[in-house]
Amino acid sequence: MAEFLQFAFSGLTVGAVYALVALGFTIIYNASDVVNFAQGEFVMIGGMATVFLTALGVPIPVAVVLAILGAVGVGLLLHRLAIEPARGASSVTLIIITIGASIFLRGLAQVVFDKQFHTLAAFSGDTPIVVGGASILPQSFWVMGGAVVIVVLLWAFFNHTLIGKAVLATSANRLAAKLVGINTGMIMSLAFALSAAIGAVAGVLVTPITLTSYDVGTLLALKGFAAAMLGGMGHPLGAVVGGLVVGLLEAFGAGYLSSDYKDAIAFVVILLTLFVLPTGLFGRASVERV
Amino acid sequence: MSALLNHRLAVPAVLIVFVALLPLVLPSSFYLRIATLVWISAFAVIGLNLLMGYAGQVSLGHAGFFGIGAYAAAVLPAQLGVPGILAVVIGAIVSALIAYLVGRPILRLKGHYLAVATLGFGILVAMVINNEAWVTGGPDGMTVAALGIKKLLKSAFGLKVKTAELWYWIAGAMLVVGAWVAVNLVDSPTGRALRAVHDSEIAARVAGIDVARMKLVVFVVSAVYAALAGSALALFNGFITPDTAGFLHSIELVTMVVLGGMGSILGSVVGAAVLVVLPQLLTMFHDYEHLLLGLLMMVFMIFLRAGIVPGLRSLIAGRGAA
Repeated sequence: MAEFLQFAFSGLTVGAVYALVALGFTIIYNASDVVNFAQGEFVMIGGMATVFLTALGVPIPVAVVLAILGAVGVGLLLHRLAIEPARGASSVTLIIITIGASIFLRGLAQVVFDKQFHTLAAFSGDTPIVVGGASILPQSFWVMGGAVVIVVLLWAFFNHTLIGKAVLATSANRLAAKLVGINTGMIMSLAFALSAAIGAVAGVLVTPITLTSYDVGTLLALKGFAAAMLGGMGHPLGAVVGGLVVGLLEAFGAGYLSSDYKDAIAFVVILLTLFVLPTGLFGRASVERV
Repeated sequence: MSALLNHRLAVPAVLIVFVALLPLVLPSSFYLRIATLVWISAFAVIGLNLLMGYAGQVSLGHAGFFGIGAYAAAVLPAQLGVPGILAVVIGAIVSALIAYLVGRPILRLKGHYLAVATLGFGILVAMVINNEAWVTGGPDGMTVAALGIKKLLKSAFGLKVKTAELWYWIAGAMLVVGAWVAVNLVDSPTGRALRAVHDSEIAARVAGIDVARMKLVVFVVSAVYAALAGSALALFNGFITPDTAGFLHSIELVTMVVLGGMGSILGSVVGAAVLVVLPQLLTMFHDYEHLLLGLLMMVFMIFLRAGIVPGLRSLIAGRGAA
């Protein structure tokens, strides 16, 4: 039982990060139909910028805020300089543009930061908390708690604010949203800023546990994308559930089956799920017009 | 002129001339090696372009098939003593079989769901190659025994050829044959059915096309192209690492297709040429290599959305009409 709990907690911790990355995918996809493979780079920027700012003597809270603002700036530039000029391009072309952006940002991080692994001091110390025989790092609670707070805030934003509803309206039908006077261009910028911020927060929270380096983004983007598809593309709740499921599958797969193949286990389950439910767990079947 | 360009044999003919004349202007065997890499990549890209440009299906895991071909040529002779050329054939057959088995369920998916499924497949292949180090050498890679063509040429005809030259001609011949097969496939009833599937799956189905079977056929064909290219690369380099099957290589192949122009066989060669030569040039910039590569990828895709070859063609056609 202790073993089971241990795996469950580590799965939920990584899963929370995947969920946040998947949420970032979903928000941008809903607003602009773009699958943003540079999503993992926001996580990297959050972690790396915080590490380097604190090394310069900036107090942690300030460093975190600056890192998030930096990621938001990158997100806005990405939208303005790379996505906006390619408006109307095919979805494969847009995917390649975001992958180009991801390679570019990684290259930039290599020059601006360095190629080493870095860590941050855990926010509330390193003394593990023992729950039912399983020991959990306090930082895990920060990650899981942070994810819960972000999900609740997003829910409130989308359901109880005018701008949030405008985002939802834009994702439901862009033309109709424009017709009722919503500035859809602004909404798209907002979506990029929002998912950059979410990614950066995830990066800051998880760095004390998993370390960070200039190239952590690629794998996170792949896992986040897979999680978003598992949940059903464009479905925020699906993204969160998908992320947690991928995290848990990895942890249990690594614990009970083979740590070499933990990534494989997650992907096999995703493949099998898609064979049964071709539009993910929460996705709806789409109707194609001829 | 345009009638000539549109003839079925125009593309292979252009390629024959180009492959035959290029060595005359290449100053050293270093450039010959790069040209060989271009032909090998282009061969794989032509196959992927059949899938993407003609059937309209994206694969983010095609390097998986490339890797299967490469490791078949490396592992089978080393572990089981299979002759090199037979290993290549087995690699292609295994790739085709896997594509057939995986393709049936995967190709039912659409758009981004298909993308994630093929991505997952590619990652699985790369992971097996990385983890089963006792067969594949793991992340360190493994050496590949030569086919023995050089020895054969020497003993049978007394011909002495350099490895670089030999593989330039083998890869060039592969490319021409691959392009010839591809244009014939595109011009066949199968090709027309494929384009119908690309334009509208439902309309194609209503017109009586077995859409699922068509997609599966191209998927298998494109897997065989990738596997043969993988084998060629392994034999040419004499060394192979799991990166050949990795995600980034899959992305490279997709980028070559889109950059050259979806649905353009000649575009596949141009796209491969750009993406093989570009990193060679960028190595001069050491630390800035990735930065520049990412930047150029974005710039190309933003400004040459339809791809280089279709873009140029419409430019020329526009002039001609005016």
